[in-house]
Amino acid sequence: MSGSVGIVSAQRASFEEPLHFACGKVLPRYELMYETYGTLNAAKSNAILICHALSGHHHVAGTYADQPKNLGWWDNMVGPGKPIDTDHFFVIGLNNLGGCHGSSGPSSINPETGKPYGSHFPMVTVEDWVQAQARLADQLGIRQFAAIIGGSLGGMQAMQWSIAYPERVRNVLAIATAPHLTTENIAFNDVARNAILTDPDFHGGDFYQHGVVPTRGLRLARMLGHITYLSDDAMAGKFGRGLRSGEYKYGYDIEFEVESYLRYQGDKFAAYFDANTYLLMTKALDYFDPARHTEHNLARAFANVQANYLVVSFSSDWRFSPDRSREIVKALLHNKRDVSYAEITSQHGHDSFLMQDEQYFAVMRNYLERVAEGVAA
Amino acid sequence: MNASIIQSRPDFAAIAAWIPQGSSVLDLGCGDGSLLRYLRETREVRGYGVEISDANIAACIANGVNVIQNDLDAGLADFESDSFDFVILSQTLQATRHTEALMNEIVRVGREGIISFPNFGYWKNRLQIMQGHMPVSKQLPYQWYDTPNVHLCTLNDFELLCDHLGIRILDRHVMNEGGDVNLLPNLRGSVAVYRFKREA
Repeated sequence: MSGSVGIVSAQRASFEEPLHFACGKVLPRYELMYETYGTLNAAKSNAILICHALSGHHHVAGTYADQPKNLGWWDNMVGPGKPIDTDHFFVIGLNNLGGCHGSSGPSSINPETGKPYGSHFPMVTVEDWVQAQARLADQLGIRQFAAIIGGSLGGMQAMQWSIAYPERVRNVLAIATAPHLTTENIAFNDVARNAILTDPDFHGGDFYQHGVVPTRGLRLARMLGHITYLSDDAMAGKFGRGLRSGEYKYGYDIEFEVESYLRYQGDKFAAYFDANTYLLMTKALDYFDPARHTEHNLARAFANVQANYLVVSFSSDWRFSPDRSREIVKALLHNKRDVSYAEITSQHGHDSFLMQDEQYFAVMRNYLERVAEGVAA
Repeated sequence: MNASIIQSRPDFAAIAAWIPQGSSVLDLGCGDGSLLRYLRETREVRGYGVEISDANIAACIANGVNVIQNDLDAGLADFESDSFDFVILSQTLQATRHTEALMNEIVRVGREGIISFPNFGYWKNRLQIMQGHMPVSKQLPYQWYDTPNVHLCTLNDFELLCDHLGIRILDRHVMNEGGDVNLLPNLRGSVAVYRFKREA
């Protein structure tokens, strides 16, 4: 039976070597928060890197001794006997640069000035993140990953790994992701960003010094995002047209159950997430487009990829639809890479990749069992 | 395991016999990936399967076989022309809806196509119809009301379709109960395997 990795603790890695960002800026030094589960084998060949999505972080599985209810965001997938089996693999989760969970980001203190980076933090791209992740791997002595796994924006990082460091990753598990965002997706992100950018408490990104937080903007951004991560059917099934008080009140307070849910989600998120991080993450999503350098030919962008791929999509995911995953599959087929593709029937929209589903978990488990055999061999 | 696969599916042995070492193969309706696994282990074939069923996708992945989840009736748009040495369709033709379009897709994507199917002209099938019933047999193990088979044909019918589509038949292997049938194949054969290509 599957279990939990139990009590875990986060670690901090410091880097003194300057990092050059795609935007042209340079960070002379930076820190990354990470957690590990399982044991690195003597050959250091059983490491798996988990790349997080927009609002994720390094706390992937288990709980903290002082926060027993703070369960990792992918605890259903990662643990002993679970699809990403910590009995076989050494699993690493990290918080990306620009994040707000302890890694260097807009809300952390710039050692040069003693103040939060705020608007001075570099705009980050998926390429920048992967470069920083590779340095973390170097520090941990991991030359090659058995697998790099990510959903959504995390899947983009996993793909980028196989493009930027083809010899350093044996398997990519790209879940609910896309080779670049659609126009509609960029549009949604821009509305979310505008909610933050136009909040009077934003102060051009340097709100920390003013002792305020652009909560209203961040809350709206999250509410919008949340709608798009679900599906029409899932929302209808969960809330329908249900009214909290059972009757119309003819006002603007919360009436429909879905309003209550969305506002609650928005408030919860705005209470802990950093507005600048949200802006940076959505821009990283918008910018990712490896085929931009190959005349929009994804197959050519994948020409040097050596990794085997598992590509997974979800039927009701309209932000990262199955068709987008098929573009990835097609580019890999062109390059004669080993690739399997599963389209999971699920009603939970984009969020499906975080949910427990029998077929999804069977596919992940079966694939990773073969990966584990490769490690053992 | 290999021996049992070949025993349980005599058409697999006939198909494998046509596939040279190191070929590239696309197996349409690949089931749990047994044939591809067999071909990989015995002939170092580089291959992919196409399947629609969730259970078979999970089984292929467990078998270490590349598999793409797709509905064959939606065509082979993910696959480029002439990208495989062989495109195989084993015991699936009769269950495809857009059979004609799929035949064209097979000879587009593969330099050669290989298809196996149950022969509806087999004498036992004819006998059951003469007795007033739709045939039910080991090869056609369904009642008329629950069968997935929508496009059954005889050897003659299949050859007519190939002719109509400009497809040249290169080889044919007709079997019954695991043995070869050479005399009166359209009457005495229960399973047929064809190898073919697009007319140049």
